[in-house]
Amino acid sequence: MMPRPISGILAAALMGAATGTLFVLIWSLLATLTTSGASSAPLGWAFLSGAVLGATLGALRRGKDTPALASWLAGATVGLVWGLASNGAPLEFTHPFWATPAAVLTWALAGHTIRYGLRDVHLAAIDRYDVERLLLRALRAVGFTFFITIVVVPFWFMVASSLKPRALLLSDPTNLAIDLSRGLQELFVGYREVLITFDFARFILNSTFVSVVTVVVTLALAVLGAYAVTRLRFPGRNLLSRSILLIYMFPAIVLVIPLYTIFSQLGLRDTLPGLLVVYPATTLPVALYMLRSYFQTLPKDLEEAGMIDGSTRLGVIWRITLPLSLPALASVGLYVFMIAWNEFLFAFMFLDSPAIFTLSRGMVGLNSQEVPRQFLMAGAVIVTVPIMIIFFWFEKYLVGGLTAGGVKG
Amino acid sequence: MRGTLAAREARLAYLMLTPTFVIVFMIVLFPVLANFWISIKPVELADLRPPQPIVRERLQSEATQPGDDLVIRYQMRSSSQDVTIRDVVLFDTLPPGLTLTTDEPRCTIDDRNLACIFGTWEGGFRENVDLTFTTSPAYFEAGAPDPLESSPTMRGRAPNVLTNFTFTLDNFRRVFANPDFWPSLRITLWYTIFGTLSSILLGLFAAQLLDANFVGKGFLRGLFLFPYVAPVIAAAFAWAFLLDPLSGSVNAVLREYGLVEQAVNFLSRRTTDIDLFGLTIAWPMALSVVILFEAWRYFPFAFLFILARFQAIPRDMYEAADVDGASPLQRFWFITLPQLVGILSTLFLLRFIWTFNKFDDIFLLTGGAAGTKTLTVQVYDQAFALADLGAGAAVAVILFFILAIFMVFYFRYAPEGE
Repeated sequence: MMPRPISGILAAALMGAATGTLFVLIWSLLATLTTSGASSAPLGWAFLSGAVLGATLGALRRGKDTPALASWLAGATVGLVWGLASNGAPLEFTHPFWATPAAVLTWALAGHTIRYGLRDVHLAAIDRYDVERLLLRALRAVGFTFFITIVVVPFWFMVASSLKPRALLLSDPTNLAIDLSRGLQELFVGYREVLITFDFARFILNSTFVSVVTVVVTLALAVLGAYAVTRLRFPGRNLLSRSILLIYMFPAIVLVIPLYTIFSQLGLRDTLPGLLVVYPATTLPVALYMLRSYFQTLPKDLEEAGMIDGSTRLGVIWRITLPLSLPALASVGLYVFMIAWNEFLFAFMFLDSPAIFTLSRGMVGLNSQEVPRQFLMAGAVIVTVPIMIIFFWFEKYLVGGLTAGGVKG
Repeated sequence: MRGTLAAREARLAYLMLTPTFVIVFMIVLFPVLANFWISIKPVELADLRPPQPIVRERLQSEATQPGDDLVIRYQMRSSSQDVTIRDVVLFDTLPPGLTLTTDEPRCTIDDRNLACIFGTWEGGFRENVDLTFTTSPAYFEAGAPDPLESSPTMRGRAPNVLTNFTFTLDNFRRVFANPDFWPSLRITLWYTIFGTLSSILLGLFAAQLLDANFVGKGFLRGLFLFPYVAPVIAAAFAWAFLLDPLSGSVNAVLREYGLVEQAVNFLSRRTTDIDLFGLTIAWPMALSVVILFEAWRYFPFAFLFILARFQAIPRDMYEAADVDGASPLQRFWFITLPQLVGILSTLFLLRFIWTFNKFDDIFLLTGGAAGTKTLTVQVYDQAFALADLGAGAAVAVILFFILAIFMVFYFRYAPEGE
């Protein structure tokens, strides 16, 4: 074996140290959040072990790569040492069976990741380019861990808390595991209570109704408006095009006092029609803006052919423009649905009668009744799940909609 | 011929835009104007229910056979202790076959409709009127219906603070004299600046991570959008409980790792002392947490736009840089970043305006407590918590003017077509 230059080994050791630290941190967090046991995060040891592992993998390299089997085995060895050195309780983690295997698994994965992190890097002749590449790879690993953690943990917490009675929440707040042995009846008691006793089943219907009507009204008006702005010439067209977005920047909180005042006097407050006037009005500008952008990309020729065939404008819109715009309509519709479903401020200010509560308003009502946290989190899951299902189902469209209009407060 | 065609086209365009105009005018533009109006009126939440005459109807004596007397008592009062109500009138529908025998000149019966004209009531006015009716056989033929079945209505005209022409600048005086006002302006600025910057920086980082092709990229992109798509109320509640000092997981984990000794009250603690090189800094705790929430919830927004922009950067620029031997960091600094300047500045202006307008997030997390009362929360507080609509509208007007300045910036400096 050729002697490796010291800087290459050092780079591999640092890469190993970073990877080891990250993996032990993830392992420790997972162990803490999924079991009732307490655990520590011996990051100093992780750093050292990782450095040794990295240096070893660096030394075992053949050309630009380490043999895969070697990286798995070296990693697993480190894990085994961790298990043995801590008497089978690494991380002071007391689970008798899982502790050492978890250590082996973590470190084996770490070994493999270090190998992957060092791929294509010529350790023997490491230069600035390689150092930066290694740095960015390490940063990527940290970044993925960071983002996945911050996104997943709050929602995981939400679901886990919705399945646990208060006593369990208080006695073991770090345990986010779902204990299936308590039986489904027992697990979902929060959902049953919230849906039936606290009427969330009705609120789901209300929210659905409000959101669907908002989508239909908004789309109908926005299609007409966007078509006029893109295809027809009229005085004031440019001014109008520019002011659409301006309207969208008006803060809802400035509208709340006058609308509350006016609606109270007209008797529209605390009615669903009141809400159904406000929602389309606040989503119309953005829907119009998004559809306008899309209509501008449609060729005019087809419509002109339709006009020559003797169709009216509305006929052309109905038979030519709309079928061509289905993807855009889906995007805008989903986006408007999302805004209406999630809307909080107006629902909160306008609705007083539980019979017409939307889910957001229902959550506030639930919160003011001092119910157990389990119920509140069950409510939160109920509000979130439908929009998430729709979102994942139609992600392509929704992402298109979000970027096309690019707008939401 | 061309002229009429153009005119017809314009007419059609206006026709198609009319519904949008009407609804946007009613719900957005008119309320903004109304807000100015309310801000110079001495109006409180209670004034939304104008003073009115109130009546209760009781049966004093019943009739058992034709010729018996039937006595109805109307107990009336003004709902206001101090406001005069004019043109007070009472209406009621009576069962058939009743003849009024009481000498009450203010009341008349036309067919079965009773109308009594009472004129002007001073504040705090109350009166009972007993009306005696003689029953005819027709009453009993109709099954002797209960007269209370149709409830009486009353009408009157009271001055409406909202529509009269009394103006005042007291609302603005009160707002500026409020010791909370200037701190709240400062808090709003911190919140807006740091919330905007951190969400864009996180978004840039996340976009950089996903700007590559790998298995599971679509899934991760969806996952990263979660905080943005989830209803604010669910996200805020989850955060509030996650950060709870007693049963929140964050505090429990921090204590387990020995990072803090005592549970931290993240959302209700105004400041916490931090030792930095021997200097003690009063770090604004709750404000930092709401800023973090803002960054968490809106990084996906920046992320989506930056990712879309990344994919539009011509690949040959990178290839040319590779030929020149540029390092990865140099590529980012000299190629990627300059290409992003447009979208980043647009994002900054947009997010700045929206963060400035943000109400739900802070309201749900802290309710404006512990040094997080931004101007928007102030609007709500004045108008609804303190029931002073005028003062709330005044804060809204101030907020609107600051916003108008930002909007001018936006439309002047936002690059076209981004």
